[in-house]
Amino acid sequence: MNTDRDTTPWGEILKDGMIGAWPICLGYLAIGLAFGVIAQKAGLSPLEIGFMSVLVYAGSAQFIAVSMLSAGAGFVPIVLTTFTVNLRHLLMSSSLSASLRNLGTGPLSLFAYGVTDESFALNSAKFRENRWDWRRALVLNHTANLAWIVCTVAGGFGGEFIPAGALGIDYALIAMFICLLIFQIREMLYVVVATIAGLLAVVLSLLIPGNSYIVIASVIAAALGVVFKRGRFFSRAEGPS
Amino acid sequence: MIPDNYLYIIIGMGIVTYVPRWLPLVFLSNRQLPGWFEEWLDLIPAAILSALILPILITTGEPRQLDLLRPELFVAIPTFLFAVKTRSLAGTVVVGMFLFWLAGKLL
Repeated sequence: MNTDRDTTPWGEILKDGMIGAWPICLGYLAIGLAFGVIAQKAGLSPLEIGFMSVLVYAGSAQFIAVSMLSAGAGFVPIVLTTFTVNLRHLLMSSSLSASLRNLGTGPLSLFAYGVTDESFALNSAKFRENRWDWRRALVLNHTANLAWIVCTVAGGFGGEFIPAGALGIDYALIAMFICLLIFQIREMLYVVVATIAGLLAVVLSLLIPGNSYIVIASVIAAALGVVFKRGRFFSRAEGPS
Repeated sequence: MIPDNYLYIIIGMGIVTYVPRWLPLVFLSNRQLPGWFEEWLDLIPAAILSALILPILITTGEPRQLDLLRPELFVAIPTFLFAVKTRSLAGTVVVGMFLFWLAGKLL
């Protein structure tokens, strides 16, 4: 829980948040550079790449937008596609809201800018620890954002600074997600929900184009989880767990 | 070929990306939520993470097809076991990267 008055000095908050962001920064090094290189090949200047990374800050949507730009797509299709691709963050922000109580619109608005798959996954795990609070989470978000901007722009200078596949860096975010998924598993119910969500996501991803499978599978699996919980399908009958 | 309205396009992209990230935070954070909704939100991270990962591991291409022979999957199994055993984020990321690098050398 957030304490009413957190007196930790900002120096310590900055340090915790920035250190906490390292797996994301590592992953963005690979993906950000790759994005920059592709965007540059599509004709974007480093400045234009930087603007996109600052204004949009969304990995997969940026990749899709660049491929649509090269294909000559216009304003409406690109913006609509971005909207549908990023709609999953609605769900992530909803979930994070439970950990961001009693904050003003200002801090919440600053925080919202940095909600990505990666920061959501990492902050959700860290909010379960007692030491984590909104200020550290905010620093983590913006550290990751800075890494994304720097790496995408660097890639835009045409530099494939890291050879493809070097050091397995392409796997950094997948490994991070795997570990953070395990951190979310606290009892049988979570195993059941995660299994349903994963299998449903696979089936839906084969059936429908785009990435809406993420939202649909998660919403359904979590809803089933509530039904199971209320019906005490997978938890012990009595007592707090 | 970059269109003249590039700046408008990315501003539009920025708005439609930001609003879904912002709305739930502002509308849900300071509200008393019904119990079932809180329980549902509590299960969302596990559900989303699984829904994000599994398709990456066992599907490929556009349109997507099932592919159970991907190095991403082979590497995920020991990485997963390592994470369960150690519960170390740093260790899991390093081990995952190393194994994926190794898989690239061997396969």
